[in-house]
Amino acid sequence: MKQKLRPLEVIMNVLFLLCGLVAIVFVLFISIYLILSGLPAIREIGLADFLFGREWASTAAEPKFGILPFILTSVYGTAGAILLGVPVGFLTAVFLAKIASPRLAGLVRPAVDLLAGIPSVVYGLIGMMVLVPTVRELFHLPDGASLFCAILVLAVMILPSIISVSETALKAVPREYEEASLALGATHIETVFRVSVPAASSGIAASIVLGIGRAIGEAMAIIMVAGNVANMPGLFQSVRFLTTAVASEMAYASGLQRQALYSIALVLFLFIMLINVILNTLLKRKKG
Amino acid sequence: MRDMQPLSGRRKAYDRVLRFLLYFCAALTCTLLVLFIGYIFVKGLPHVTWSFISSESSFIRGTIGILPNILNTVYLVVVTLIFILPLGVGAAIYLTEYASNRRFVAVIEFATETLTGIPSIIFGLVGMLFFCQRLGLQASLLAGSLTLVIVTIPTIIRTTQESLKTVPQSYREAALGLGAGKWHMIRTVVLPSSVDGIVTGCILSVGRIVGESAALLFTAGMGMSLNNYFASVGNFIHSSGASLTVALYVYARERAEFDVAFAIAAILMLLTLVINLSAKLVGRKLKKT
Repeated sequence: MKQKLRPLEVIMNVLFLLCGLVAIVFVLFISIYLILSGLPAIREIGLADFLFGREWASTAAEPKFGILPFILTSVYGTAGAILLGVPVGFLTAVFLAKIASPRLAGLVRPAVDLLAGIPSVVYGLIGMMVLVPTVRELFHLPDGASLFCAILVLAVMILPSIISVSETALKAVPREYEEASLALGATHIETVFRVSVPAASSGIAASIVLGIGRAIGEAMAIIMVAGNVANMPGLFQSVRFLTTAVASEMAYASGLQRQALYSIALVLFLFIMLINVILNTLLKRKKG
Repeated sequence: MRDMQPLSGRRKAYDRVLRFLLYFCAALTCTLLVLFIGYIFVKGLPHVTWSFISSESSFIRGTIGILPNILNTVYLVVVTLIFILPLGVGAAIYLTEYASNRRFVAVIEFATETLTGIPSIIFGLVGMLFFCQRLGLQASLLAGSLTLVIVTIPTIIRTTQESLKTVPQSYREAALGLGAGKWHMIRTVVLPSSVDGIVTGCILSVGRIVGESAALLFTAGMGMSLNNYFASVGNFIHSSGASLTVALYVYARERAEFDVAFAIAAILMLLTLVINLSAKLVGRKLKKT
């Protein structure tokens, strides 16, 4: 006997379906809105001139809208942060998962969580007040605000995501693998690096991709330390990232300049979507 | 065995070097954190006084107070939670209880993951374009809250979904077997046993809202004066102002009031600590039951 659906049940079913669709609606909404507002400026400036133009002079009498400096700065900045942050984060994760006593790990883990929860403006403030003056003194620069400072700040900011995702992956390695290796005479450290780490490699790769995503999308912390001039990137140059290019001119921009900012956001969004797809395939491979 | 056949020199060196690197990196992470927190508290806490957190900035008296910013942050938290609680919990219920098409669930989960990865500056931009301009809300705390709904919804969906999954299948079967309808079963059996997960999701969302700045910069405004939210409906909708994070940014970048910035930073750190601790306590309770 099939139970007759009461009207209330049907209503709730539809309501929950609508809630379930919310995430899809939001993603579509953001994508469509960005594409619609980002395309006009690209069409007007020309795709090649926009992406590969080496000069950004949005308020000049003859404005130039080339965002190559921003793209390169974002790529270099992210690469630098990954280069510094990944080894430290990865080794800390190995320490927490395989070396530290449960009590010590219990002390360090909340600290890492705290690092993840600190608002990005606080990172920016520390960078601005401590790092920038130190870099200026150390390297005898006229101004310390530079790509170098931004890389250091980003490296610290991506640590928590790298640590927690890698640690989870390392902990999921079956104990039998490690016991087999130990029984064959390998030392504890050899086991960890030759057995556990390779077994957890896709999770660790996912943590790196996640770190890339965080670094490329960060705005408020680096706007305070990177100097914000639209130069081609150099380690001690004052630079502007894709994110900070949007943030720093949005308050006063109008006309084509404003539309060009939407286009920058669109480029940033495409980068992020690419990273998301990579992350998703990595995580799926781990499950499968 | 190891005693009979001592490790070769190379293996010993490998062991030592890697062990050293492991300890070094873990120590580096901890040192960074301790220095970080210590510095903020040392520079910031002395400036946190009662009048600082309980008054409004006044140019006439030359004093700075962050009461408006605290209230703005509370506004953002409360209004955002009012939206995301039903939406997020509903979405999680749909995913675990109703959805039968696995591919459809995978699409929704992919969308949720995607939302998690989008940088807040993009949320801020789209929020400004849509809520402030298209819907005509201008820069207002309500527009900020609506933007934060998009930012935080993945968190609450994920935590709720996880705790719904831990409710034993037998509970559901028992309720349905006794003749309860599906919604009745969810309301009386499933939701009460997963309330801890929903609370954790809320706490994590509060953390995200308190720490968010890029999404608010262009949506919620940068005002520093007190709003009278409840004077009228118009006031409630159109009040605008800086949250604590945006106030920190404005004081540090535009007004060079670094003591104020550090004081706000110290307050934000304390809030983060409290939020992390409470999320952990609720999570522990969840495991016990």
